[in-house]
Amino acid sequence: MFAASALNERNRRVEGIYKALFGLMTVLLVVPVLIILGVLIAKGGPAVSFEFLFTPPTDQGRQGGILMPLIGTIWLVVVALIASVPIGVAAAIYLSEYAPENWLTRLINLAIINLAGVPSIVHALFGVGAFVVFFEFGISILAASLTLAIMTLPVVIVATRESLQAVPMAFREACWNMGATRWQTIRKVVLPNAISGILTGVILEVSRSAGETAPIMFTGAVTFLPFLPTGVLEPTMAMSLHLFTISNSVPNMPDEIKYGTALVLISMVLIMNAASIAFRVYLRGKKKW
Amino acid sequence: MRRSVGDLDRRGRAWYVDKAVAGLVFIGGISAIVFIIGIFVFITREGWTFVFGTLDFGEFFTSIEWRPTSENDPTYGALALIAGTASVTGLAMLVAVPFSLGAAIFIAEFATGRTREALKVLVELLAAIPSVVWGFIGLAIMNPLIIDLFDVPIGLGVLNSGIILGLMAAPIMTTIAEDALKAVPDGYREAAEAMGATKWQVIRQVVLPAGKNGLMAAVLLGVGRGFGETMAVLMASGHSINLPTSPFDSVRALTATIAAELGDAPRGMEHYQALFTLGIFLFIVTFCINLAADIAVRGVRKG
Repeated sequence: MFAASALNERNRRVEGIYKALFGLMTVLLVVPVLIILGVLIAKGGPAVSFEFLFTPPTDQGRQGGILMPLIGTIWLVVVALIASVPIGVAAAIYLSEYAPENWLTRLINLAIINLAGVPSIVHALFGVGAFVVFFEFGISILAASLTLAIMTLPVVIVATRESLQAVPMAFREACWNMGATRWQTIRKVVLPNAISGILTGVILEVSRSAGETAPIMFTGAVTFLPFLPTGVLEPTMAMSLHLFTISNSVPNMPDEIKYGTALVLISMVLIMNAASIAFRVYLRGKKKW
Repeated sequence: MRRSVGDLDRRGRAWYVDKAVAGLVFIGGISAIVFIIGIFVFITREGWTFVFGTLDFGEFFTSIEWRPTSENDPTYGALALIAGTASVTGLAMLVAVPFSLGAAIFIAEFATGRTREALKVLVELLAAIPSVVWGFIGLAIMNPLIIDLFDVPIGLGVLNSGIILGLMAAPIMTTIAEDALKAVPDGYREAAEAMGATKWQVIRQVVLPAGKNGLMAAVLLGVGRGFGETMAVLMASGHSINLPTSPFDSVRALTATIAAELGDAPRGMEHYQALFTLGIFLFIVTFCINLAADIAVRGVRKG
């Protein structure tokens, strides 16, 4: 029999202490957020109703609901998706299926990391300089959405590239051996097998774009507008900027409207995100290879 | 029978489509580079007359007088703004680095099965909370809490925005650090375990040294995130120009200055150009941080 020596005992105790310490750190990281969510739900929950969502805000948001910002955010996100998904998917196809290992590919990867890492307010300055001023779109949904699209491009690229690379090489080789071209292989074999992974990336991008404030606040989102936009060259209200305005700049704002708006925004973002994660877990379970 | 060259030429419609697609996806591929260059070009285009004209670099980096709207004598000293950003980011890292590395070690090395998956999902959801919501939390929840706990007149300042920023940066650092630890080959762990090492000994003497470059990249990216965060800092920092001497002092960050003032600065005026100059500065600093993180990670892959 092996009896545990004193040294052994000590080592095991030390291990137990560290495990408990790191476990505690993890819990402390997660707990504040759960508390905050709880507070938001407790204080904002009573304000949120069907009527709150679909009534226009009045008196600078002190009364009424959040119809304009809600619809505005949907406009911004949809236009941003139309712009970024094709470019992002093309970039991911290039990186996964075509790119050789050379300096250019490395440069592309570095550029993607930087697009994700540049501060959101710098993206906003770029949006102003490029889309509002240079291309003369003015303060418009189009300018704001294009800024958002460029900012969230890395989300689509990274998710799509990962799901393309997860398709086994043998699938492609089998197809090439039948005499198919590279594109025929990608379209008929690689993309169908990766499409659900790409979709999770797109959902993630929706969630990211819906929550952003800085990139849209000088390019297309305005603090108050009594009507809904009818085209992409018009400005709009947006949920994120609306929350900023009513919590930061409007005096005597009723608490429940602030908490209610915050709750709706965070729910939109977290539900999208949770959906993307759930979808990913489900797909992992279903994988055929 | 002789075949003509034309018979051997198999370039049908499919061949041309294939070539066209290859060209199209290549354009998509290099778009990221085009956009990064575009960002630099367009913010420089708006700000360069100021950078090479009015701007006094000495004043920019050493003066705390940021008075761009002064009628007769506007001054552009960014020192207080840089100090504001640095103090908030510094406090955030003080909070976030130990916790994220601890959490990353726990998730990567100790947690198993469902606990591990659940923790990873929670951390991912944490990372998804929009910055304006964090700012709202700073204003509506943290502000009264700090006033009550420390008996100070205003709860907006370095402490408030530092904690908020720490909570924002932690999930990103945790995710990247956990990836870095997972990238350490299992063979290393098995070899150490075969020598009779306990789990903690394996982590401290094998896994952490092997993954240290990745951990450094995680910390760097966290710093970059804190440095560039805009809305949360704008809302929770109090936004007054100050060289902070205590955690309760109100400060103003570089990013928040742009966000707060750009709306009131008419295009082409000095003030507007000065804000773009701050943007160029932010762009260059974050570019360097990201580059450093990239180099750190590449070190791991070679090893």
